[in-house]
Amino acid sequence: MIAIRNLSKSYKTPKGAVTALDNINLEIQKGDIFGIIGFSGAGKSTLIRCLNRLEEPDQGAIEIEGRLITQCTPAELQQARQKIGMIFQHFNLFDSKTVFQNVAFPLKVAGHPEAHIQRRVREILELVQLQDKEKAYPFQLSGGQKQRVGIARALVNEPDVLLSDEATSALDPQTTYSILELLKEINRELNLTIILITHELDVLQHICRNMAVIEHGRIVETGPVDKFFLNPESDTARRFVKIIEYYREQRIVMEGVGAGI
Amino acid sequence: MKDDLLELLWRGLLETLYMVLWSSLFALLLGMALGVVLVVTEKGGLLQAPRLHKVISTVINSVRSLPFIILIVLLLPLARFVVGTTLGPTAAIVALSIGAAPFLGRIIENSLKEVSVGKIEAARAMGANASTIIFRVMIPEALPALIRSMTIGIIGIVEFTAIAGAIGAGGLGSLAIRFGYQRFREDVLLSTVILIIVLVQVIQWTGDTVAGRIERKRTRFE
Repeated sequence: MIAIRNLSKSYKTPKGAVTALDNINLEIQKGDIFGIIGFSGAGKSTLIRCLNRLEEPDQGAIEIEGRLITQCTPAELQQARQKIGMIFQHFNLFDSKTVFQNVAFPLKVAGHPEAHIQRRVREILELVQLQDKEKAYPFQLSGGQKQRVGIARALVNEPDVLLSDEATSALDPQTTYSILELLKEINRELNLTIILITHELDVLQHICRNMAVIEHGRIVETGPVDKFFLNPESDTARRFVKIIEYYREQRIVMEGVGAGI
Repeated sequence: MKDDLLELLWRGLLETLYMVLWSSLFALLLGMALGVVLVVTEKGGLLQAPRLHKVISTVINSVRSLPFIILIVLLLPLARFVVGTTLGPTAAIVALSIGAAPFLGRIIENSLKEVSVGKIEAARAMGANASTIIFRVMIPEALPALIRSMTIGIIGIVEFTAIAGAIGAGGLGSLAIRFGYQRFREDVLLSTVILIIVLVQVIQWTGDTVAGRIERKRTRFE
């Protein structure tokens, strides 16, 4: 289980402190696919980056599978991060390394023996269907392939949780769909908890079971994804759903009833 | 053409190569250390220490603002302390290394800064420590740019050896001054100039080739 308690964070700017996160409380069950949605600047990126302390929270506690992340010393944090996988909007692969070396990197950091690295990297590359690309460099891959490498790299050391920071935002709809299917499959097969932030409703609808809506640094709504679409309570949720409905109507007019979105 | 020309040039070239080689080695080591420290201590850097950054930065700027010929004179006591003399190529290596290191530090800093924050963040998120990030992420990612920077730096050192030649360092620069200028030996002057031009071309070509190969390896489509 992942628990976030009373998490707050503000940034100092020349114009004074800006609150990015305001007393966030969330519980995410093991094996869930949990989506955090919000408009740009709502604080969703800061929230997910606080989970592995790429951003230092000002206050509050984060607990991942029994480990209090917010209490970790720098050395303990490095240990803890080895069990928190993360994927990024712009993939952040190492251009100097081949696909194999990129995926092997977290295992080297964790100090695994060479034989284990060889076996494990091949295994995970097969899972993301890139076994024929192990000698390729990131420049030689398409966006979807790059994100598959990113996913393999995030999963290779068998993390307790996968954090996805807008991982499909730079991809076209078809590639997004294939990446989401892959994440779903991984969640099912490994019972891996996935936390993802997004501004794309399709993503939320497609793979998340539970979700939270974040607005001006506060969680304004949380619960199962179905409820979000049937009965939106917060302002952000209503605006999101309204946008969807608007496009649905447009398409009905254009393509006839039943075209859907 | 006088019959001592070839012998003079050969000795000058050897001395120049000797100075360039050793000073490049020391200056690159020092410059690399300076560049890395500048990048990681910067505000928001891997091991941020803004005060230390400021101090190092100021020292580098100060050394760089001195004309090289004055820096050599200032470093004469150090050369005497390290190698026992202030004359000859070996003594010049001390001044050349220290004189070129701050410049190299700056251009190496710039090359390392080109590595995107996202890649460093990805490595941090995997639990990598600072030295792993520096040596296994930042330096390999910046390698082609680093090699290009180092090429510029080494060519700068060739230029510096010629200046050092004017005050007793030996090498091609010294030949040009002592024979070409003071003894009106135009054949020596012209030949040294050609040799220095060729030397710089070779260094630039080597740097471009190595950097280009690495880039092509990383971007080639199969």
